[in-house]
Amino acid sequence: MAHATGSFRSDIRFLLGNEERSLCDVDPQMTVLEYLRLSERKSGTKEGCAEGDCGACTVVLGEPDGKGGMAYRTVNACIQFVPTLDGKQLLTVEHLKSSDGTLHPVQQAMVDTHGSQCGFCTPGFVMSLYQLWLDGGEDDRGAINDALAGNLCRCTGYGPIIEAARKAGGVAANDAAEQKRRSDIAARLSAMVDGAGTLALEHPAGRYYAPQTSDELAALLVQHPDATVLAGGTDVGLWVTKMLKRLDPIIYIGDVADLKSVSETEDALIIGAGVTYSRAHDALGRVAADVGELVRRIGSRQIRNAGTVGGNIANGSPIGDTPPALIALGAKIVLRMGDVRREVALEDFFVTYGKQDRHPGEFVQSVIVPKPAKGVVFKAYKISKRFDQDITAVLGAFAIKVVDGKVAEFRAAFGGMAGTPMRAAKCEAAMIGKDWNEASLNAAQLELAKDFAPMTDMRASKEYRVLVAQNLLTKLFIETNAPEIATRLVGKEAAHV
Amino acid sequence: MSDQISQTETDEVIAPTAGLSGGVRSSSKHDSGPKHVAGEAVYIDDIIEPYGTLHLAPGAANIAHGKIRKMDLSKVRSAPGVVCVLTADDVPGMNDVSPAHTHDDPVLPDGIVQFYGQPVFCVAAETRAQARAAAKLAEIEYEELPAVLSIEDALEKQQFVAPPHVMKQGDAKSALAKAKNRRAGRMEIGGQDHFYLEGQITFAIPQEDGDVLLHCSTQHPSEVQHNIANVLGRPANAVTVEVRRMGGGFGGKETQASQWAALAAIVAVKTGRPAKFRLDRDDDMVMTGKRHDFIVDYDVGFDDDGRICGLDLQYAANCGFSADLSAAIADRAMFHTDNAYYLGDVEIRSYRCKTNLVSNTAFRGFGGPQGMVAIERIIDEIAMTIGRDPMDVRIANYYGTKDRNTTPYHMVVEDNVLPELTDDILKASDYRKRRAEIEAFNAESPVLKKGLSLTPVKFGISFTTTFLNQAGALIHIYQDGSVHLNHGGTEMGQGLFIKVAQVVAEEFQIDLDQIKITATNTGKVPNTSATAASSGADMNGMAARDAAMTIKNRLIAFAAEKYGVAESAVRFVPGKIIVGDVAELAFADLIKQAYLARVSLSATGYYATPKIHYDRETASGRPFYYFAYGMACSEVLIDTLTGEYKVTRVDIIHDVGRSLNPAIDRGQIEGGFIQGMGWLTSEELWWDDKGNLRTHAPSTYKIPACSDRPEDFRMELWSSGRNVEKTIHRSKAVGEPPLMLAISVHRAIADAVASVADHKVVPNLDTPATPEAVLYAVADVAKRMIEQAGQPVSAAGE
Repeated sequence: MAHATGSFRSDIRFLLGNEERSLCDVDPQMTVLEYLRLSERKSGTKEGCAEGDCGACTVVLGEPDGKGGMAYRTVNACIQFVPTLDGKQLLTVEHLKSSDGTLHPVQQAMVDTHGSQCGFCTPGFVMSLYQLWLDGGEDDRGAINDALAGNLCRCTGYGPIIEAARKAGGVAANDAAEQKRRSDIAARLSAMVDGAGTLALEHPAGRYYAPQTSDELAALLVQHPDATVLAGGTDVGLWVTKMLKRLDPIIYIGDVADLKSVSETEDALIIGAGVTYSRAHDALGRVAADVGELVRRIGSRQIRNAGTVGGNIANGSPIGDTPPALIALGAKIVLRMGDVRREVALEDFFVTYGKQDRHPGEFVQSVIVPKPAKGVVFKAYKISKRFDQDITAVLGAFAIKVVDGKVAEFRAAFGGMAGTPMRAAKCEAAMIGKDWNEASLNAAQLELAKDFAPMTDMRASKEYRVLVAQNLLTKLFIETNAPEIATRLVGKEAAHV
Repeated sequence: MSDQISQTETDEVIAPTAGLSGGVRSSSKHDSGPKHVAGEAVYIDDIIEPYGTLHLAPGAANIAHGKIRKMDLSKVRSAPGVVCVLTADDVPGMNDVSPAHTHDDPVLPDGIVQFYGQPVFCVAAETRAQARAAAKLAEIEYEELPAVLSIEDALEKQQFVAPPHVMKQGDAKSALAKAKNRRAGRMEIGGQDHFYLEGQITFAIPQEDGDVLLHCSTQHPSEVQHNIANVLGRPANAVTVEVRRMGGGFGGKETQASQWAALAAIVAVKTGRPAKFRLDRDDDMVMTGKRHDFIVDYDVGFDDDGRICGLDLQYAANCGFSADLSAAIADRAMFHTDNAYYLGDVEIRSYRCKTNLVSNTAFRGFGGPQGMVAIERIIDEIAMTIGRDPMDVRIANYYGTKDRNTTPYHMVVEDNVLPELTDDILKASDYRKRRAEIEAFNAESPVLKKGLSLTPVKFGISFTTTFLNQAGALIHIYQDGSVHLNHGGTEMGQGLFIKVAQVVAEEFQIDLDQIKITATNTGKVPNTSATAASSGADMNGMAARDAAMTIKNRLIAFAAEKYGVAESAVRFVPGKIIVGDVAELAFADLIKQAYLARVSLSATGYYATPKIHYDRETASGRPFYYFAYGMACSEVLIDTLTGEYKVTRVDIIHDVGRSLNPAIDRGQIEGGFIQGMGWLTSEELWWDDKGNLRTHAPSTYKIPACSDRPEDFRMELWSSGRNVEKTIHRSKAVGEPPLMLAISVHRAIADAVASVADHKVVPNLDTPATPEAVLYAVADVAKRMIEQAGQPVSAAGE
């Protein structure tokens, strides 16, 4: 048996629209998109890229919100595995029309604004708009951009779709019928899975376990130290759809309740490893505005709704967006194996490209993010070819404290400059204790070039990476010394000129 | 009849016909809109698969050039679910799908690999996952050959897919020698992936007698039909191709569908089972052609007012390993060297370089954009040299009406509306005032800089290969008065089907919902041209009207005879037919009577574009029936520390003549503009030194996202728009021309870069202007400004 404790079940239970499903015989790494198109013959949801980057496969997932209602979010069906639907409601473009054939307000708005041309991306847009509608609608262009950043359209130029988002509006917060519908669904979902045991699939194609507590998770990982730990699947999903890997077993941490909390102390934020970017966004934004802005630009709404802060760390990507910022803030992570826990400074966790300080059977339990101390200014800059939903070329994050014109403290961390997210040690050393003026800036820039030997790839050349990293120091200099000068193109601090 | 035509063709008719739902000039909604939003529109991958359907996957080469020494496919063949594996030996007929009969596009290569990622074999299995997994198991040994991976290398080796071509007027050399001012430079122009959301796909269903029915996502069903017949070694009548809709095309499905269709057809015929080939996104981007990248070298002479008097310009296009449509595409770049300007004595040379890269193909604009982006940069360079506003230099160079009105291909420009259009957009965009405001802003802002540019578009409409300018249609009216409409054009989202249906609704004066729009099918309308060159509505609209008029004439003759009135007294008005003062009939009633009286209610229609002719030997003639015009003014804000930028405001006025459907036309203009902006900014194709494309998915290849659409976007159809030629209801083609409005974005970025050096140094900004390219341009301009001590110098450092 796979587990040390508890009871188990071997069927995946969820609602497809309003219909109950109980699946026993599913390859655990079958994607939700394949399931919809091949098993359910629901072909409204499209495959555009099979890597979570175009949004044509966008569906809405609903989960009980713990307050008797439902919380809905968009995800990319192409990189979600079917077992992760357990205990949730899956809504697709086919579920929106009324039984009498009337289009949903978001669908009608898309027709009325001429929001579809070739129509292939349209079901995905409709689902992102539906999510907006479920959340009450949105009129602000920036918020609409954020909601639609993960949906690519090659025909319309987006104008009519933005108009449709505004025109469709949203469900009224006090809509009693909608609230009753949601509480009914929440109750049905609870009845389906609550107390029904831990999902444990032992399919010939592979095993899949979805522990519900971190104790259960710890025990499972000790038993299966070689297991693939699955969180949001925004990276792991591609191992399957693009690299055609077989993953066995998979241990899914998305149902581990005690890994899904964000807690706050006076001087730190503690983020459970299962917390998605969307849920961590506000709290991280309160740590520093630039961290919030970074999170806003990670992936897309769909990706942030699935991807986790912990996963972005655990997968050890050299271009993950949060690690450099968290390193500059001095973050630590808590690792656990069995009953043994240890704390590691985040910068020490990344050993070298593809290698992290994580032992087999060990998992990232939480991330501890210190809030900047009084007088410390935090700035982060993400450079990519496209502002939204693009993987970073260079990311610079800086925590600086200037006292009486002198640099008292300085931490600089970069992504995209080396095989791991890394501090710029020489650059930091060149600045600490110096006057914060152009001379020390220039000296620090020269040292920065010695800190890194980045590579050239499709995102940027090594020369550009070095040049732009140096210029980010200039930007920091201007923003800390002459805040009246406009320096930002996007984000809340953007110059609206 | 004739009075009915003249009524709709006069310039005065600008409003939709009252009382008619969905006639021409109305903003009828896309016919598939309600189906798109409900997930009910059926794309090829959505067709319910018959039992036994096989799925195909390609096996790709991992070298750019070389001989296949040994190909061991035994592990592929024995992998789970595999039913058959195809190599070049399995092609029953001709192993070629080249569109222009150059015989250089093998279905599967016979011994020689010509680009990294080229499919060298193909697997058919019970499931798609099995096919993809099996394709990874091949063991192939190559003998590598030197690979040519750049335009420069191909030029040096004189390696071409088609002979060089020259176009000239007057004597450029002596004009340049005599010119008061002269500048030379080089510009590199990047390619572009189509990134249609629906990738390449064909679903082949075997028929009796070894025939095959292909559901294929293609802009050119007739070509797929003919290619697949050749590949199968069968006559064309053994192959039927059907296309209901594509999930985007943009030129990428003009020729690129044949290879996958051929492999699916071979499997279907060979196994007797339906066979589906749907490319994974990465395979699609690696294995199918793109917009050509170009290098342009120029030497221009001009007077003190910035008027061009001589131009020597050379294009080198990266065609990839085979010809595909490269000759015609490179020609169209030459045809649009002038954009909107009289070039005086001019010589244009064009080289069609053969490289070991995927074979490049049609893409919205078809070479035209590359020609125009070069001349717009030249104009900016002239303006900076003489210290004038670039807009004034543009105006000074516009084609004249009485003189200065012949193009480099000796066609007289008869319909130039740009002077008038320029007045309108200067006003609408407040260009002059904003130019001054931007200068003031830049003086105060050390990090962020603004740039502004207003550029025109003049785009030639017609296939430059004259014989392609023909189209056919088929209309049936059933006994209940419902109409079945078919034509050779394909629907890729551009709204062609609704426009043609509107034309038919107008002709019969019936509501649009009485007309059934049907899938393009080579069995219904044969020998069609690609839906390309923006010609879809122009040609198929005319052909459909011709078919409708044939039936209508029969109905008029029938009614006149039956009711004893003159034919001229029979009038089709909204919803009914007035027969003199004798009778008023509902359309359905007239149809019923006509059927009973044995009148044929079915007709084909045909159209061939008039007036056009072209002699390629002398590079002269009238290749275009008319020109489409538009103008765009773009404002950008750049970050001089990072090279990032935002497009902050865009004003567009575009001439669509008398629009067939204003809403659809607006969609084409907005969508084309944003797509063009992507080409010139964030969309970068990047190959590594082995010739392996590393930007092969949306994670690495960045088309514009929602937030890239400018916050302030103002667009109007030109209220004075018109067509001097007798096109369908005096409308103008709109598919491609708006893409080139986006050149204003590139020029605005260059303008912002130039502000760093007080517009004294011409930025050497190529395309795409990625943040990296922009930052380098900023650094370069700043450096050269110091070096040259304020002396204006050309981008190439002449």
